[in-house]
Amino acid sequence: MRPRGSSAPRDTNPDQRSSRSDALTLTAAEAAARVRAGELDAAELWHGYRERAAADALGAYTWVAGGGDAPAVDRNAPLAGVPVAVKDLFCTEGVPSQSGSKILEGYRPPYTATSVARLSDAGAPLLAKTNQDEFAMGSSTENSAFGPTLNPWDPARVPGGSSGGSAAAVAAGSAPWAIGTDTGGSIRQPAALCGIVGLKPTYGAVSRYGMIAFASSLDQAGPLTRDVTDAALLLGAMVGQDPCDSTSVGLPAPVALPTRTSLEGVRLGVPEELTGEGIAPGVLASFTEALDVARELGASVESFRLPHAAHALSAYYLIAPAEASSNLARYDGVRYGYRADGVRDLFHMYTETRDQGFGAEVKRRIMLGTYALSSGYYDAYYGRAQKVRTRIREDFDAAWERFDFVVTPTSPTVAFELGAKTADPLSMYLNDFCAVPMSLAGIPGISIPSGLSEGLPVGFQIAGPAFSENALLDAAYALERAIGFDAAPWRQAA
Amino acid sequence: MLSRHQVLHVARLARLELTEAEQERMREELSKVLDHIEKIAELGDLADVEPTSHVIAVENALRADEPRPSLPAEVALRSAPESDMDGFRVPSPGPAPA
Repeated sequence: MRPRGSSAPRDTNPDQRSSRSDALTLTAAEAAARVRAGELDAAELWHGYRERAAADALGAYTWVAGGGDAPAVDRNAPLAGVPVAVKDLFCTEGVPSQSGSKILEGYRPPYTATSVARLSDAGAPLLAKTNQDEFAMGSSTENSAFGPTLNPWDPARVPGGSSGGSAAAVAAGSAPWAIGTDTGGSIRQPAALCGIVGLKPTYGAVSRYGMIAFASSLDQAGPLTRDVTDAALLLGAMVGQDPCDSTSVGLPAPVALPTRTSLEGVRLGVPEELTGEGIAPGVLASFTEALDVARELGASVESFRLPHAAHALSAYYLIAPAEASSNLARYDGVRYGYRADGVRDLFHMYTETRDQGFGAEVKRRIMLGTYALSSGYYDAYYGRAQKVRTRIREDFDAAWERFDFVVTPTSPTVAFELGAKTADPLSMYLNDFCAVPMSLAGIPGISIPSGLSEGLPVGFQIAGPAFSENALLDAAYALERAIGFDAAPWRQAA
Repeated sequence: MLSRHQVLHVARLARLELTEAEQERMREELSKVLDHIEKIAELGDLADVEPTSHVIAVENALRADEPRPSLPAEVALRSAPESDMDGFRVPSPGPAPA
């Protein structure tokens, strides 16, 4: 195991740390192993993390479990009682779930999302709900009705998004691990900007049942964790076909904990379109160093063309808003959440509820999607975007003839300052250009930290063919060990 | 560049009420995003390309057609802003929108 320091949040006074805090420095997999061996009490772990989450000053959480008794857990369960933080948009029975939006104010769902129920069944109780961009629309977690989340590496900067609360919570050490969702980079990009591991599984590997929908042909849940082993352990407990989600298929084999230490014989393809213009020099330098590490481990590295990648962002910003405009039609003030007061008739109840309940970015996407689907524009926009999506899939299919994995920087820059991109939606959208092609193709991608630039973490993305999660985790594990990134923000700052 | 009329038309389709200031900002922001998106026109004729609506091939996912209990009405209504007589209560439709 690579050296791992205390994962205390930056503002924790070291003198106040107790022996309990030592347990909180363990990775989730290490903690689970100790609980199972009878060396660590799961209740102690629960109380330690619960107190940290309750004291969080980064705006990472929207709800934290109450301070009563620790939930009863089976120490022999696969996740052995290690609690999990869950993005706000997962429905959790009786627990506030509003996808970062005012329009779902006060909503406590009558049921629990399948992925969260699976984690609970596997022995991971719900620790907290995490902040996010409203309806997962954003790359900075600034578009939340709860206010922004701050980056634990530098609180003047964003944690990325939309799963920014989950990423900040794990990076700050106030949660052992977390789950989020990725529609066009929303797990991978915040993981990159917070210096942790984030995995977007193959579309269909994890049930979408109970996830408050953004873009249904793209949305996929996955883990945000301190290391690759934790990602494998958490993913393994989430995946599986679900009768409540007819698009879920699970994975062909159980998720194995990664063991590979060499990359001998592994062929890595570097797409020119995603590794040139637009990538910050410091990010590119870290990416290039990681490629050198991969070569030392025995991998071959070769450039290639992904000819339609340049159009992926355009296709994505037609398809995702189009699906969103349809999915978000359900927020009408009738069945749950917010309703505008003093409306004069039904039509104005809809329009005023939606005007007051949705934030600016959500309105922008609904407008964009409605326009792309509207009569006279459908063929030129939405129809054409679906054909570009086919081209992008074909580009990747051709890549798998030559390569085992495609690698890119996860995000073109390190974490940016709060407010830096909020005035210019297009500049925010461009942040996703390395992550979006994989989403459109439905293939898995993992971001692992490759180092620092300007004192801030840089993410290295590895993408593989559909259902290649085990091989992907193995490759990421080998690289993670060789890179030896220290995921402790406060120590880097010291 | 989108016209103010187009913005209002789309807002109505989307059941969004936009203030005058929002209408103008939306017009500028959407026009800028659409200018970027229109790069996909550079790809030329895609008439022979099949559209992708779903990435993973799934055959019909069927389950046994067996009756099972649904959510009790009181639970389904618990989150409603207003309910009455086991139903969701809404304002009068009023006159048909112009």
